[in-house]
Parts: sequence; C-alpha cells; structure tokens
Amino acid sequence: MTTAAETSAEGHGDHSLEDAHHAEHESTGVENRKLAMWAFLSSEFLFFGALITNYLLYSSKEFAQGPTPAEIYDIPFTSVSSFVLLMSSLTMVLAHNAVSRRDQGATRTWLLATAMLGSVFLAGQVFEFTEFITLEGMTLRTNPAASAFYVLTGFHGTHVAIGVIMLLALFGLSKRLGGLSDKQFLNLELVGLYWHFVDIIWIVIFTVVYLLTAVPGAG
Amino acid sequence: MSRGRLFRLLQLAALGLTLGACSVIGIPDSPLNALDPKGPFSERIDNLFWPVFWLATGVFVLVEGAVLVATILFRDRPGRKEPRQIHGNNKLEILWTVIPAAILASIAVPTFQAVFELSECGEGAYPVEIIGHQWWFEYRYPEEGIETANVLVIPSGREVCASMTSEDVLHNYWVPALNGKRYLVPGQTTLLRLQAYEPGVYWGQCAEFCGLSHSLMRAQVRAVTEAEFSEWVAAQQAPAVTPAEGSPAGAGLEVFLNRGCTQCHNIDSINEIEQAAFNGPDLTHFMDRGVIAGAYKEYSVDNLKTWLANPPKEKPGSYMPNLGLTQQEIDDLAAFLETLT
Amino acid sequence: MTAVADRPTTIFRRPTAETGFWSWVTSVDHKKIGIMYGYTAFIFFIVGGLEALLLRIHLASAESNFLSAADYNGLFTTHAVTMIFLVVMPMSAAFMNYLLPLMIGARDVAFPRLNALSYWIFLFGGIFLYSGLLFSGITAPTGVAGIPGNLDPSDVRSFGALPDGGWFMYQPNAGADFSPSTALDFAVIGLQILGIASLISSVNFIVTFFNLRAKGMRLLRVPVFIWMTLVVAFLLLFSLPIIAIALFMVMFDRQFGTLFFDATAGGDPILWQHLFWLFGHPEVYILILPAMGIVSEILPVFSRKPLFGYAAIVFAGAAIAFLGFGVWAHHMFSSGITTVAQAGFGLTTMTIAIPTGVKIFNWLGTMWLGRIKLTTPMLFAIGFIAMFTIGGLSGVTHSVVPSDWQQTDTYYIVAHFHYVLFGGSILGIFGGLYYWFPKLTGRMMNDRIGKVHFWLWFIGFNMTFAPMHWLGLQGMIRRTWRYDPSLEFWNQIVSVGAFVIAIGLLVFIYNFWTSKRRGEIAGMDPWDARTLEWAIPNPTPAHNFSVVPTVHTLDDFWHQKYEEDAEGRSVRKQEADDHVAHLGEIGIHPPVPVHLPNPSYFPVVMAAGLPLIGYGIIFHISALGKALIVLGVLISLIALIGWGAEPLEESHSPSAGAQ
Repeated sequence: MTTAAETSAEGHGDHSLEDAHHAEHESTGVENRKLAMWAFLSSEFLFFGALITNYLLYSSKEFAQGPTPAEIYDIPFTSVSSFVLLMSSLTMVLAHNAVSRRDQGATRTWLLATAMLGSVFLAGQVFEFTEFITLEGMTLRTNPAASAFYVLTGFHGTHVAIGVIMLLALFGLSKRLGGLSDKQFLNLELVGLYWHFVDIIWIVIFTVVYLLTAVPGAG
Repeated sequence: MSRGRLFRLLQLAALGLTLGACSVIGIPDSPLNALDPKGPFSERIDNLFWPVFWLATGVFVLVEGAVLVATILFRDRPGRKEPRQIHGNNKLEILWTVIPAAILASIAVPTFQAVFELSECGEGAYPVEIIGHQWWFEYRYPEEGIETANVLVIPSGREVCASMTSEDVLHNYWVPALNGKRYLVPGQTTLLRLQAYEPGVYWGQCAEFCGLSHSLMRAQVRAVTEAEFSEWVAAQQAPAVTPAEGSPAGAGLEVFLNRGCTQCHNIDSINEIEQAAFNGPDLTHFMDRGVIAGAYKEYSVDNLKTWLANPPKEKPGSYMPNLGLTQQEIDDLAAFLETLT
Repeated sequence: MTAVADRPTTIFRRPTAETGFWSWVTSVDHKKIGIMYGYTAFIFFIVGGLEALLLRIHLASAESNFLSAADYNGLFTTHAVTMIFLVVMPMSAAFMNYLLPLMIGARDVAFPRLNALSYWIFLFGGIFLYSGLLFSGITAPTGVAGIPGNLDPSDVRSFGALPDGGWFMYQPNAGADFSPSTALDFAVIGLQILGIASLISSVNFIVTFFNLRAKGMRLLRVPVFIWMTLVVAFLLLFSLPIIAIALFMVMFDRQFGTLFFDATAGGDPILWQHLFWLFGHPEVYILILPAMGIVSEILPVFSRKPLFGYAAIVFAGAAIAFLGFGVWAHHMFSSGITTVAQAGFGLTTMTIAIPTGVKIFNWLGTMWLGRIKLTTPMLFAIGFIAMFTIGGLSGVTHSVVPSDWQQTDTYYIVAHFHYVLFGGSILGIFGGLYYWFPKLTGRMMNDRIGKVHFWLWFIGFNMTFAPMHWLGLQGMIRRTWRYDPSLEFWNQIVSVGAFVIAIGLLVFIYNFWTSKRRGEIAGMDPWDARTLEWAIPNPTPAHNFSVVPTVHTLDDFWHQKYEEDAEGRSVRKQEADDHVAHLGEIGIHPPVPVHLPNPSYFPVVMAAGLPLIGYGIIFHISALGKALIVLGVLISLIALIGWGAEPLEESHSPSAGAQ
C-alpha cells in the first residue's frame, strides 16, 4: 500500500517525508540534499584543482613584467588570516553541536561568530589585494602568475562571501522564528559542510600557493 | 527480403563500388596527398599506417558481417520459435576482451618505436627556422643569414631540422609528402624533421585553424640538389640591385619607399627596417619564390597586380591593407618587384 | 531543549495552472521538462543542420564565394557548438529526464525544481549564445604589434557576426587580440551558462539514482540506459569544472585584461588545450554513452532476448568513462608535447577501444540467435552498431601517434567523429525517439515512413561522411574555406549527401507530426517490452506509478509476463494479458490519491537572471552593462529567496491525483 505522504518526490526541506521514502526505496540512507551537497562539493574540488594547478604552472615561470605574487607575499599576515578562517571551522562545529542539543541561543551565537570570523578573513583579503595593487603594483594585468593568483584567491573569497551570507541567513531565520526547527537543522548541516569545504580548500591554497611558492625573504 | 532482392541489391552495391573506384582513379591526387610519401619520415609513417588500416579493415568486415548475418539469419519469420533466453557467456566476454587487447598491443609496440624515432632531430641535420605569421610562413637559415618566405628550399637527401615558433597564434606546419604535422606555438619552440629523397616541389599547408585566412596559408618545400642549393644560398645572400631612375622599376621603387610598404617589408640594400615592430615577408629575392600571398597564388604579373590592388579582398583579414594605389602605381610597383630576383 | 514547530515561512503561493502555457513554464514534472528539452533541442538541431547545409553548399566548389571567410568560420563554429551543447547533450537530457524516474520506479527526480531550473538555464543559455548575432559585427584581428588586419568592405555587412574561433577556441586565436568581435564573448559566456545547467542536472540525477530506486531495484537490476545516465552525470560532474575554469580564464582575458593565454606576456596557449581537452574528451563520452544506453534498451526488446552480458556492458560503460579522463592529449599529438606523453596517451587511447569493443560484441551477442523484429527503432539500433563501429575503428588509427600526425586536423578526423556522433549518438537518439514515442504520446509512429527516414539517413549519412575519410587522406584540412580543385568531385558527393540527410529529416518531421495527431493508438505495452516504464499506461500519467513497484529481477516487467520452459525459451504466462490490462487499469485510476510536487515560478525566474549577468559582463564598460549585472544578480537572488521561502505543499488539487 502506498500513502499520500511517501508519494511526494519533492526533496526540498522535506525530510519529514524522507523517512517514508526510505521505507519504499533502495537508498543510500543519506538524505537527498546532503548527497547532493557532497556531489556538488566533489565537483567544486575540481574547480579549485584547476585553478590551483593553473597558478602552480605559472608560478615557476619568469616574466618580463613583475612582480609575481610569490615575490610579494606577506606570509605572517596571511598566516593570521588563515588562522582566523581555521577558527571559523571550529565555531561552525560548535554551532552544529549547539543545534543538535537544541540550544537555540548558543546556535545563534556560534553562527554569528562563524560569520564574523569569515568576514574578518574577507577583510584581510581585501586588505591584501589593496596592498598588492597600490603598494606593490601587481594587478590582474601584470603577468599571468598575478592573473592566476587574483582569479584563484578571488574565486575562493567569493565562496567565503557566499558562505557568510548563508550563515547570516540562518542566523536571521533563527532570530525570526525563535529557533531552528528539525527541518532547518539539515540546512545548518549543509551550510556547515560547505563551510568546512571552503576552509579545507583555503588550507590547501595557503600551503601550496603561498608557502611553497613564496620567495624566501620576500614580502 | 527475398533472396532475389538481396542479390539485386548486392549487384547494385558492387556496381556503385566499382563506379566509385573508377572515379577515384580518374581524379588526380591532391598536392597534399598524405598517402604518397617522398621522404624517409613520411615513409616511416606510411609503413605504420597501412598494417593498422588493414587490421582495422579486417575487424570492420568481421563486425559488419556479423551485423548483417545476424539481421538476416535471425530475423523474425512466421513460425519461428521464441529464442532461448541467454544472459551472457563469461568465456566469450574474456575472449573478446583479450583478443582486441592483443591486437592493440601488437599495434602499440611499433607505434612507440616510431614515435621515439621520429621525434628527435638527427645529428648533423641542416638547421632552419620556421616562424608562423597570420597567414604566411617565414623561413630563416641561421647558418647562412638568409631570411625568406613561403618557399622553403632544402637540399634533397639531407635531413633538415626545423625549429619552429609563431609570432601570433598557433599554426601547424604540414608537408604531407615529407612528414606529419607539428604546431608552431608562440613563445615556444617545436622541432620538425624534414627530408626529401628526390629534388622536387612538395606542397604544404597550415593545418591548425589560425583565423580568417587559415585556408589560404600554404607552404611549399622545394628540394634541390646539393649543388643547386649552394647556388641558391649564394644568390640569396646577395643584396638586391637598385633599379635605374626613370625606368618603370625606378618609379616602382619610389612607390615602395613612399606608400608605406617599408613599414613591414624589408629589401636588403634598399631599406633596412627594425624587425621588432612588425614583420612582413622579406622581399629581397621576391621573384625566386614563384608564389605570392602566403603561397596561395602562383606568381604571375596579373596575380601580383590583383594582389597589390586590394590584398584584403584576396586574403580576408590580411595585415597588408588596401593602400589605395593607382593603376599606374601598381604597374610600377610590379615592375620593381620583378627586378628582385 | 526547545522544540520549534515548522511554520510557514512565506508569503508566496505556488502556481496551480495544469494546462496551457503557464503549466509548462512553471512545471516541475520531469516528463514535461523532458519534453521541453526534446523540442528545444530539436529546434536547435534544425538550426545546426541548416548551418551544415550552408557550409556544404559553400564547399561544393573549391573556390566558392557563397560564404565569406568570416561567415564560414562562424558557421563551422556555431554548427559544432550547437550540435554538441544544444542538440546532443539536451536530447540525451530529454531522455534522461523523461525516463530516469520511470525506469527506476520513481514519481519524479530527487529535486524537481532544480530540474526545471536546469532546463530554463539551458534554454536561456542557448538563446543567449545566439543573441550575439544581434549585437556583434564582423571584425579583423587587431594583432599583437598595433598593426591590425583588414577586411574588404564587401565582407563587412550590417548583419551580425557569429563566434569565429572554433568550438575549441584555441588560444590565442580566440583571444582578444585575434578575435576581437564580441560574438566570441557570447559563446564563451553562453557555454558557461549551459555548463551550470548541466552541472545542476548531474547532481540531481546522481541523487535520484542513488536514493529513489524502487524497492528491490538493486544496482545490478538497473536498466543500462539508467546506468549510462549515472555515468554521464559523473562525467559531467568532474569534467565541467575544468572547462568552466578554462572559459572563466578566457572570459577574464577577453574582458578584464588578464594574461592567462597571452603568449607575449608569458602565457601558455598549450595550457588552454590541456584544460579544454581534459573536459573535451570526457565530453565525447557524455555525447555517446546515452545513445549506447538507448541502443542497449532497444536491442533486447526487438531481439526478444535479454541483453547479452548485461554486467559487462555496464562495467564497460563505466570503464570507458574512467579511461576517458586519461586520453585527452591525443587531441594534441602534433602540439609539441613530450615524446613520452605522446606514447603514453597513444597507449591509453588504444586501451579505451577494449571496453568499446566489449559493448559492440555484446550487442551482437544480444541479436545472435534472437527473433529479430525489424521495426524502425531496431533499424536505428542496428544502424548505430554498424556506423559506430566504423567511427571506433578510425579512432584506433588515430591512437597510432605518427599516423595521427598526418591525419589530425584533416577531414579524416571530421569523418571519424561524425561516424561517432551522427552514426552513433544521433542514430541512437532517433531510435530512442521512435521507441519511446508511444510512451510520450500514446500513439505509434508510422513504421513505414520511419523506415523511409532510416534508409534516407543511412544512405545520406554514408554519402556525406564516408568520402571525408578519403578527402582527409588526400590532405583536405579541416575548417578550410578553400581547398584544392582536385578534391572537388568528392566534396560534391558529400554536399549532395548532406541534402539527402536533410530530406530524411523532413520525412521524420512529417511522420512525427502526423503520428502525433493521427497515429495508431498504442495501448499498453506496444513493443512487448522488458522495463518498468512500459508497466504503466501510454502516455505516461502525470503521477507515473499509481503503486510504486517492487522489483524482483532485471527486466522485471518481462518476467511478469514471461516464464521459461525447459529449453530456456520464453513462454508467455497465461495470465500475462490480464496482468497487463490490470496494470493499465490501476495506472489510470490509482487506488489511493497521489499528490505531486507543486509547480513553481522560481526556477524560470532564477534562470532569467543569468543571461542578464552575461550581457552585463560583455558590456561591462558601459553603465548599462554594470546595471545589467546588478539587475541579473538581484533577479536571481530574489528568486532564490522566494525558492527557499516557497511553501512545500499547496492544498492538493484533485486532478493531480486520481481523475
């Protein structure tokens, strides 16, 4: 026998119906939207992979016009902003933890903290770009390595910005409704997945793009 | 399909094939025929191509035969029983995995040998440089200090090692009678081995899409005997002779000097331009080539005059603009260019 | 602990139209979306075909001036872009959309609204790509040294320009210096928009495959076409990012002055080729695998035997996809990549022939000893095997690297991939169209006219593409506006062949049109088929399955109708006819009401933002351009908020369920 509930195939925020789905379907047991997020992130991985590879190919070349990013990195500064972003992963975990304890107040606090740390990171990036452009004279059009650097880190920064918007949206939603429902719990999990992914990518960028290619003594 | 109809169909197909074959024979080969090797490298490739071709043909006959046989033999007819429900056969699966693998392995080995043999220039090969431009090939002979265009003159029977690059976009140098293709990449150098068994003219073409006049970017390799080659080198090294004033050629020289030609074109002893700015074909021994406009047109006075009148019309996108020359100027310029032997 | 109840978070109501224009625009029904994909792709097929005819008219003589060089370059570029991204991919997507839920026993895909979003992005992306005609003019290269190329005034017309850099957009020729016309920007950005559509579909299909299979439909009971859908989804998921980034870099080069592929500043043009073909070769399998899946469905039905070596065919498909990521540089054998790389990529290219061969032999095994009914879909399937084999074999000759140095960039290659993509993909897709036409419409396609169509195509196709092998070996290069007069004879045969194909297409259109209106009523299970989509009435009811099926075996529907005798021959069960009739009955009248996902405005609105952003980027220097970017982002953002806030369920409309 089928019931009206399980016949819906709609997957959006509909996990109260999902259990019924599982009963009548061969399934991985992973909620639809979470599976979709994993698939999307695996694709994102290649987006960044292509950009990082691209930067690495150009970082070893010499160009008529300088400077190259590797010559002007400010490693101590970027280390600090990387640390800030890393900490935001921790606060994200805490938010996740709080919501699973149904502690709505703590959830909001940690969501806001994560968004703030993300914003600090973004501010750091804006500062870094400004310094590179105005003080060091390295723009998008200086040489291919500079182009690759800006497009890669800018692409990552855009991801962080989207993440901050999503975090603030969750925060606002919780504020308006007085808390996150079970249904929205999954939303938080998905944003969390995304946020951790963006963090991990930054760790790779910081190690491979900054630390490994930086010219010693520069910056 | 009845047997009679099948027979008639086969007859028809055979007739079609015969007709096709006849007309192929009746048509002359294209100057870029890739199946007519005239040098050791192209011959090496040719010797690799044919066994693979016949092997592929064998598989083709086998598979297409099986398709036809299955379709005809197992076609539903009145009274035919339902077939047995066979789901597969592991032995067969292994068989038709292993046999193709073995065939491919037998192709792979000679392929590898040929790739490695053909890629590196031999020692003592005669060096030339090929530089791609939209839409013509420039040739330089570094040992002799010669710059020319459109026609690469080489000594026959000797290996020539071309190191190639491009000034603008990707080009692809292809003289099928002598070797396969190789890109000309801006900012990089690629190598191509060329050798002709016999003296002769071998046509080539830029094979990589390179913009508006890609199809008109042709090349010619002229292989000559060693003696002829030495003569040719000596002739190329000589400067051009300044024509007498008052003659049509002399008037043509004035046109050449005053109507913008010298912005791009160089003629030794007449004008020396900085090559850095922009590089058009060197015209010092223009008449030696026998072709104009990126080897697209045979040289004739008429062709030359048509070209001078409106290059972009002849060659879309041409960097040589329509200079708005009068008929008199064109005639004079042609007369001058004809003195550049 | 505070439990928070779900509250409606919205002010929006979901649309309710069930018929007419708005029912299509707001539909989230996978069947309607599939049909829209199909029609859209078919219109583009006609456009791409007309482009091909123009090219062939031009090439009927060696020194033709029928087309200007600029138009010729534009037409071969758009012909390729259209046929690849706007025809074969969306036609495959049409089948996947329509059939994926039906063949796995589901009511819809996992994310119906995302599915609609994919379609609208695809449609707007395609329109965006062609809209460049209205905004671009033909231009000569500006060159690198400040001295520009020139065009004769007769070549510059008031009518717009098509992108002229080739679908492969090799840099730097397709960069800002050598193709300054904005026409190319429309292609670069249009392809990125289309990529977003494909990426969303691929995620959607992957989740659907893994989570929505009917009970009992274990992995090795999934029909081959659905397997190929999954494989293609993964190919898209992993290859699209590469081309997206590459196009992104070109876009930045062209619009914002970055130097990724500018050789004079130290950029590497060969990098573009690596990125392009790292996507481009998997793309080939994205184009052919769905057709292979379709053929794997048709052959068993009309041979009245199970698919020979089902598991081998599935694994071969996966193996092809996997190996497909390791062969890209065989498009670059003459580009000067290292000798070792050439040898290596030659080897991987050879290995990919092995799983391909496995498929072909298994298809032959399916036909062998069968009881072959030569219906139109079966003819197309057999034609597929015959023609694809030729394309596969000429492909093997390319893996012989030195041979490829001679053949690459000639018509030999053009012949090769048309045997794969027309002889393969297009024949497969049209076979599928004949096969599933009753599923879509409830009527049969006229078989006799269908056969006329097949033979016209079979003959026309071989006339068009077989001589190209010879032309290529005779040295006729690709993308050539002029060729040697000695090649004229075969070029004329080719051009005539192209028109025979066009006539075949007209026959098909006539057949489709008349059969749709007056064709024989199909009834239940017209082909005596094997898979689940035929266990429900034709045309498919809105709710797909009245009762979600439980699957016990591969080809479950067949086994509901047939058992095997002692010899292993199929014997129709006595109760089979009654059983099928019963399925038809409950298919139309569900025992319990079924409700379906509600339609939504937001997919189409969100998709509408993207082309605006595209126009904005192209004209970003002007204030209007900047305003367009902001407007596009706003529209998409508002749609996103509306999407999130949309109520999940509207009160159930009675007609969505039992009628």
